[in-house]
Amino acid sequence: MLDRLLKVGFVLLILRPLVFIWLGLNTVNRQSLPTRGPAIIAANHNSHLDVMVLLALFPLRDLHRGRPVAAADYFLSNRYIAWFSTHVLNIIPLDRNVDRHNSAELLTQCHKALDEDEILIIFPEGSRGRPEVMGRIKKGVYRLVQERSNCPVYPVVMRGLGRALPRGTARLVPFNVDVVIGEGLSGFEDPEAYLQRMRAAYAALTKLCITSSCVDRERNG
Amino acid sequence: MILGLPPHAAALMGTVISTLIVASISCRALALKRPDRDYTELKLRTLSWWWMIGLFFLVLLLPEPFTLVFIAFLSFMALKEFFSIVPMRLVDRRAIFWAYLAIPVQYFWLGMDWYGMFIIFIPVYVFLFIPMVMIIIGDTRGFIYSAGIIHWGVMLTVFCVSHLAALYLMPTTNTQAGGVGALLFLLVMTQFNDVCQYVVGKTLGSRKIVPKVSPNKTWAGFLGGVSIITLLAAAAGPYLTVLSLWESAVAGLIISIAGFTGDLVISAIKRDLQIKDTGRLIPGHGGILDRMDSLIFTAPLFFHYLHYLYGWAGNA
Repeated sequence: MLDRLLKVGFVLLILRPLVFIWLGLNTVNRQSLPTRGPAIIAANHNSHLDVMVLLALFPLRDLHRGRPVAAADYFLSNRYIAWFSTHVLNIIPLDRNVDRHNSAELLTQCHKALDEDEILIIFPEGSRGRPEVMGRIKKGVYRLVQERSNCPVYPVVMRGLGRALPRGTARLVPFNVDVVIGEGLSGFEDPEAYLQRMRAAYAALTKLCITSSCVDRERNG
Repeated sequence: MILGLPPHAAALMGTVISTLIVASISCRALALKRPDRDYTELKLRTLSWWWMIGLFFLVLLLPEPFTLVFIAFLSFMALKEFFSIVPMRLVDRRAIFWAYLAIPVQYFWLGMDWYGMFIIFIPVYVFLFIPMVMIIIGDTRGFIYSAGIIHWGVMLTVFCVSHLAALYLMPTTNTQAGGVGALLFLLVMTQFNDVCQYVVGKTLGSRKIVPKVSPNKTWAGFLGGVSIITLLAAAAGPYLTVLSLWESAVAGLIISIAGFTGDLVISAIKRDLQIKDTGRLIPGHGGILDRMDSLIFTAPLFFHYLHYLYGWAGNA
C-alpha cells in the first residue's frame, strides 16, 4: 500500500510535470491505452525515459497495474536506484545476460503479473539501440501471450526521447515527444505472424509521428 | 476599475466571453438540427477556445508578473515545438539548451522596464552567443544550417512573442484601457482576421493568392479580411488604445496583412517538413505554433507602430 502511494506521489509530483511541461507529448489515440490487465504494452525503445513517459500517461488510479519490464543492469545498478525501481516503479527486472534459468524466472514473474490483471510494459527491441531507429523485434512477447487468449498486445511508437535524452548524457533538453498508441493485437498463429503484424503496426504508427528525427543519425548511431 | 482591470479592457473581455457563449450555443443547435453530420471537430475547437480564452483571462485578472510569466511560458512551448519538428543534429542539443535560457532573460528585461535591452538582447547578444557555443562544441558539418535554424526559432518564438508582453507593459495615456486594452485589441483583431479571411474566402473566393504555399487562401478572403479588420480596428482602436481613429485604421491594415503573412509562413514551414500540424497540444487546433502563427507576425509590427507614434514613456 505504501509502495502504491509512493508511485502515485512520484508520478503526480515529479514525473507528470517533467513529462508534460519540461518535455511535452503529442499523444495519439490515448484512449486506447489499456488501464486493466492482462495486457502488454510493447513500445519501441529510445531512452531510459520511455518507461517514465508511459507511466505518466496512466490514470493515477490504474497506475499500480503498470509493471515495466526493465533491464536489471541499469535499473538495479546500485542500492538507491534498485530501491527506487522495485518500490516506486515496481519493475520486473530483466537480466539481459539471459541463460535458461533466469529466462524461466522472468517468464514466471511476467505470467504472475498478468494473472493478477496487471499490464506489462515491454520493449521488444531489447536494448535502446540507435536513437529513433526501430531495431529487430524479439519474440519474448509472443512466448508470453501464446497460451493466453485474453491478453492483447498494444504496439506503441515513441519518438523524440532519443533527442531529449540520448544515450550517455544526463542533460535533459526539452523536446516534444510523439506517443502513438495502437489498437490491441491478439490471436497470433505463430512467431512469424506475430513479428509480421507487429512490424506492420509499428510502421503504420510511425507515420503519425510529427517530431523530426536527428539529421546526423549515421554519425551518432 | 472592474475586477482590477481598466473598464474598457473589461468590457472587451465581456464581449469576447459573450461571443464564445453564442458560438457554443450555435454549435449545439447545429449538431441537434443536423444529427446526420459529424460536428466533433467543431465542438472540439470551440471547447479548446474556452480553455485558451478562460486561461488567458484568468491570468490577466492576476497581478502583472503572472501575465509576464504566462507569456514567457508560451514562448517556451512554442520554441520547444519549433525545435521538435525541425531536423537538427544531436550535437546541437547544447546550443539549443542555451537558446531556451534566452527566454527568462528576455522577459526579465521587460520585468525591469529596460526597453533598450529588451529590443537588442536577442538580435545582438543571443545572435552572437549561440554560434560561440557552437564553435566550442566544434562540429562544423552542418554548422551554418544549425546556427541559422536556432536563431530563426528564437526570433520567431521568443523575440516576436515577447512583444505581446511589451505591449501589455507599455505605459499608455488611455488609462481607461491600459496596456491590457492594447494587448486585447491586438489579440482580438488578429484572431478575428483569421476568421474573416477564412469565411470570406470560403463564401466568395476562387482566385488563389499563393497556391504553392496554401491552396485555401484566396484573393477575396485576403481583401475581405483586410477591409473588415481595417474598419473594425478604426472603430475599436480609440476605445482600447492611445491611437486616434485614422491611426487605428492603419493599425488594422498592418495587423491584417501581417496576420495573413504569419499564417502563411507557418504553413510554409509545415509544407517543408511535410506535416499537417506542429503539435497536438490543443485539441482541434493542433500545436501552439498553429495557433500563434499570425500573432508571431502581428505582435512586433503592431507594437513598433505604436512605439513609433507614441514612444515608450519610461526608459528608451
